[in-house]
Amino acid sequence: MDNTLSQQLQVIPLENYVMLSIILFCIGVIGILMRRNLIVVFLSIELMLNAINLMAASFSAYHNDPAGQAFVFFIMVVAAAEVAVGLAMLVMIYRNTKSIDINALNRLKW
Amino acid sequence: MTQVFFYGLSALAIASSLMMLFQRNPMYSVLYLLVCFFSVAGLYIMLNAQFLAVVHIIVYAGAIMVLFLYVLMFLNLNVQQHFSKSNMLRLAAMLTGGGLFLLLFSAFYQTELVVMPDPMNENVGSVQTLGKVLFNDYLIPFELTSILFLSAMVGVVIINKKEQTNG
Repeated sequence: MDNTLSQQLQVIPLENYVMLSIILFCIGVIGILMRRNLIVVFLSIELMLNAINLMAASFSAYHNDPAGQAFVFFIMVVAAAEVAVGLAMLVMIYRNTKSIDINALNRLKW
Repeated sequence: MTQVFFYGLSALAIASSLMMLFQRNPMYSVLYLLVCFFSVAGLYIMLNAQFLAVVHIIVYAGAIMVLFLYVLMFLNLNVQQHFSKSNMLRLAAMLTGGGLFLLLFSAFYQTELVVMPDPMNENVGSVQTLGKVLFNDYLIPFELTSILFLSAMVGVVIINKKEQTNG
């Protein structure tokens, strides 16, 4: 077990990480379009942000550049703020319509 | 050994996110997504980004998911509600997601990814390197995020304030 980290990283090519991020992102897209529950829609958005984070971190590790990981922090900050505001809106929507079905919010539909 | 870890963690991530999608009860959806986040944190550790992994667990598992569970339990939303659904819409969502996957996969297939010849500098993911990068190169964005947090906090309070009866 004397393999160093660089050898360990070369065992798994970068393509695998990119592929995994693509799969997770597409699962998130399907979740947003398919589910009618507002909470699951929010969870799918989190999943998509996570996929992007994973891709940025893997590129940063394979290119020896810490800027990618700094960007992941900013994405996390934006995700946290987004969840706080989104859940506040969810609570308000639930208070007004007594439901979290997104089809209850069709006033802006033409 | 490394490959076993990688494929195990990625299979766990994909399986738990799919379970999140097809779960009826939103409470279980949140818990499955938590499993997915932990496996992604394991992948960060495999990428030698330990600090990122720890922050990821603290922020996602410790803050965001707790917020979700709190709202779910607070509003008592985990009882079975009736949701409008149509199979047509479901099929359309599947087709759109599959199409997006094919598009991204073909773009990925035709791209040649460039990897550094000696990829891993062991210090890239360390707290020291990231702190230097964050506070030298990205100092202004870092300060702007605090303003973003402040405005998000104020926004949450204003959104959830009971509306005054105007008169």
